[in-house]
This record gives sequence, structure tokens and C-alpha cells, in this order.
Amino acid sequence: MIRIRGLKKRLGTQQVLDGVDLDIAAGETVVVMGRSGTGKSVLLKHIIGLMTPDAGSIEVEGQEIVGMPERELDAVRRRFGMLFQGAALFDSLTVGENVGVGLREHQRLDDAEVRLRVAQRLEWVGLAGVEAMKPASLSGGMRKRVGLARAIAMDPQYILYDEPTTGLDPIMADAIDQLIRSLQERLGVTSVVVTHDMTSAYKVADRMAMLHDGKVVFTGTPDETRTTTNPMVRQFVAGSSTGPIRPL
Amino acid sequence: MEDFLPVRGVRYVRARALDWVAEVGRVTLLLRDVARFLTPGLRSFDRVVQQMSAIGVGSLWLVLVVSLFTGAVAAVQAAYQFTSVVPMRYLGSVILRSVIIELGPVLTALVIGGRVGASIAAELGTMKVTEQIDALRAMAIHPVRYLVVPRVVAAVVMLPIITIFADAIAIFGGYVVAITSIGVTPHTYTQSLKDFFLLKDLWSGLIKAFFFGGIIGTMGCYYGFATEGGAEGVGIATTRAVVASCVLVLISDYVLAHVLFRFVFAE
Repeated sequence: MIRIRGLKKRLGTQQVLDGVDLDIAAGETVVVMGRSGTGKSVLLKHIIGLMTPDAGSIEVEGQEIVGMPERELDAVRRRFGMLFQGAALFDSLTVGENVGVGLREHQRLDDAEVRLRVAQRLEWVGLAGVEAMKPASLSGGMRKRVGLARAIAMDPQYILYDEPTTGLDPIMADAIDQLIRSLQERLGVTSVVVTHDMTSAYKVADRMAMLHDGKVVFTGTPDETRTTTNPMVRQFVAGSSTGPIRPL
Repeated sequence: MEDFLPVRGVRYVRARALDWVAEVGRVTLLLRDVARFLTPGLRSFDRVVQQMSAIGVGSLWLVLVVSLFTGAVAAVQAAYQFTSVVPMRYLGSVILRSVIIELGPVLTALVIGGRVGASIAAELGTMKVTEQIDALRAMAIHPVRYLVVPRVVAAVVMLPIITIFADAIAIFGGYVVAITSIGVTPHTYTQSLKDFFLLKDLWSGLIKAFFFGGIIGTMGCYYGFATEGGAEGVGIATTRAVVASCVLVLISDYVLAHVLFRFVFAE
């Protein structure tokens, strides 16, 4: 359970988050949609404590993480896995080392156990046997899947996805969506997916929230999103440049 | 009033001075973190060894060439200045002392500052702009422990070691020139080295190298972490790391010379 209240963040001259309220219940997948530059990624980075808000509160299972000391925050972070937009693989390490880095740093597992776990996670994302490759030689879709394998290596309770399907071909995008769904079913994780890809959003969401002008302007199930009368959501879902949201 | 030039000038100087103070503060905080994560950072010794190899072994050829010619030039210059004033039998001692006290540590630090400071800043800067540093933090791995401690420790350990190597090569370079073109006999040169060698000179050079290593490692990491905004930002960070390393090496060289020869090793 993640509870966000009145979250505000100014970056430079821009008020990126201007009082975000959002609840994410245990075991559900919430899609946060919104235009590029509306602070979706910034919101994710706040949830995992990579950014500190100017005001507001974020509770993870009742624990306030805003203003929490780094050491305690690290304990919270270990319950999270995050898939970054560009996958953020460590390019000095091999794929296998990337997936195993958290295991080696945090858990007292011997080498064989780490290898086994890495191989299993890579298999889950459909990339068995690529341990020895370097991230630089992977395609965009493969990088994302390795990033996902790394995010789930430590059996997280929460997974944060930053634009998981952006820049992928439609077939690979669907494969990633399937993975997100299957991970939720397999691990029972709570997920927050940030995206502006509506096809993907409908496939993975239990609930959808729309972020606009630094606020959550709508939340609802995918069905409610389809049938809502909220003009901003209708415009966004339809992908229209005319409506209450100005395109430029 | 707004455009009154002196006012703008004062405002600019004040802003830059504040920036500078803030920068010193941030470097201090980084050093505090390095101290805090020193023991846990050293526990993964593989990464330290890897950095030692990148910083030390990787720089050997460059240092070899630079030192060889430094020694050779020192011999030529000293011989020129000695002409009809100082007997050439002192040539070895002058090369020896100028190399181990000053030229060896400083030139090594400047060369390594360029090579290693730049590569550290570029690597960490790229990691910063591609969210790899965020990814580490998201996995509850402190970037200072994982990335900075191995680099700073490796630089601090390797700089004195490379300096010893550089000293030896430079003295050899001087030897070759002294014998082949100045007409000093091998025996005279080596005797001069033996007669004037002081252990404290060597120590002073190595102590300097130790600090220079710390400066190079810290500046590379600091500017790498401070990188903002893509490839251009990485370029800027790299330049800044090299400039800051070199300037601080020269400034601290003066300060250390003062402290070492006026107080620590004073007769």
C-alpha cells in the first residue's frame, strides 16, 4: 500500500508536481498516464526516494518515507524493483552481473545460487543464456527485459515501471505488457506503471490515473476510463490535439 | 542602476564566490561520505583492484615516456646551467633531488590527472545521465560505496607507486643523457646519486603523490556525479575534472612543500 498526499516538487522554474494525491493498493497495477513532461517519472522517483519533494507525504505500508534517513530508506528500497526508461543497465558489467548485482551486494548467497537466480530471472523475461553479453550489444527490447530481470531479482513487493514500452516495436511492447501481467500474477506484486502508451495502459492496468498540470485529474478502472466524461481523459485517450489540453 | 557596470561586476563576483564556496562544501560532503563508506567499500576488494589496474597499470606507458624525457631534459638543462660554474660531478645529485622531490610526483600527477581524472569523470558522468547512478540508489547500493571509494582508494595507493616508477625512469633518462652527450662517466653519475640521496626527499615526494592521488580520484568522481544533461554535460564534467585536478595538484604541491620542508622534515 502506497499513499501519496499533496506531493509538490518544483524543478527550476517549473512546478512539476503540484499536489499529487494517489493511493496504490496492495497487489494492484496502477497505470499513471499523462503527457510527456507532466512529471510521471518524477513521481516514480519520489516513490522510491530518489528525489525529495518540496512538500507532501509518501507512505509505504504506513511508513512515511519523506525525510527518512538514507539508511532506513535503503531498507524500504529493497522492497522495490524499478525498471528505468532507458533500462539504466550498468554498461561496465555483463548482463548476468547486472541482474545479479543486488543479490551480490545485499544477500549472503554463494556464487552458484546467484547464478541460478540470475538464470531463472533471465528465463522469466525470455532471455535465457545471455549472461555473458554486454549491455551495449543488446537491442532496445532486450535491454528493457534485462532491466526488468534486474528489477525482479530481489523478489520485490513493488515494481515501478518508467515507460516500459516506449521506443519498442508493437510486438515487443505487447511481450513486455504480458510480462508485467505475468509478474503480477506470479509474484503478487504491487506495480506502478508510468506510460503514455494507451494500448499498453489498457492491457496492464487494474486502475488508471491521469496526471496533468502536476495533479492527478482522474482515477478509475480501465472501463471507467473508456466511458468517462472527463474531457481531458477523453482527449488523451483519443490522442486528439483539440480539447482542454493544449498540444503546445 | 541595473545596468551600472560596477554593480553588475560586484554581483557577478559575489555570485561566483558563493558558487565556489558551495562547490567546496559539496566536495567536503563527498569526502565525508568516502570516509563513512571506506570500510564497506573496501570489502569488495575486486573493484578496488580493478581500479588500481585501470589507474596504475594502464598509465605505465604514458608515465614511462613522460618520465624518460623529463629526466633527459633535466640533465640537459642542468648541464647548461652548470657550465663553468658547478662541476659536472654534481649533475646526478641535481637530477636526483629535483626528480624525487618535485618533477616525479608533480608531472606524474598532472599526466595521470589528465588521463585518469578524465576517464573517471566521463564514466561516472555517463552513468549519471543514463540513470545508472539512480539505478544503484534504487537498489539500495550507495554510489559512494560502490563507485567512489574504489576509485579514490586506488588513486591514493597507485599514485605513490607510479611515482617511484617515474622517479627511477627519470633518473635513468638523465643518466643516458649525462653519459652519451655531456661526458659524465657512469661512475661519477651513480656516485653523485649515492652521495646526495636523502630518504626524506623520497618520502616528501611520495607523501605529495599520496595527496595528489586523493585529489585526482576525488575530482574525477565529484565532477562525474555533478554531470547534468547528456553528452554535452559529460564533456563539460570531464574538462572540469581535469582542470580542477591539475590546478589543485599545483596548489597543494606548494602547500605541501611548505609544510613538509619547513616543519615536518625541517633540520
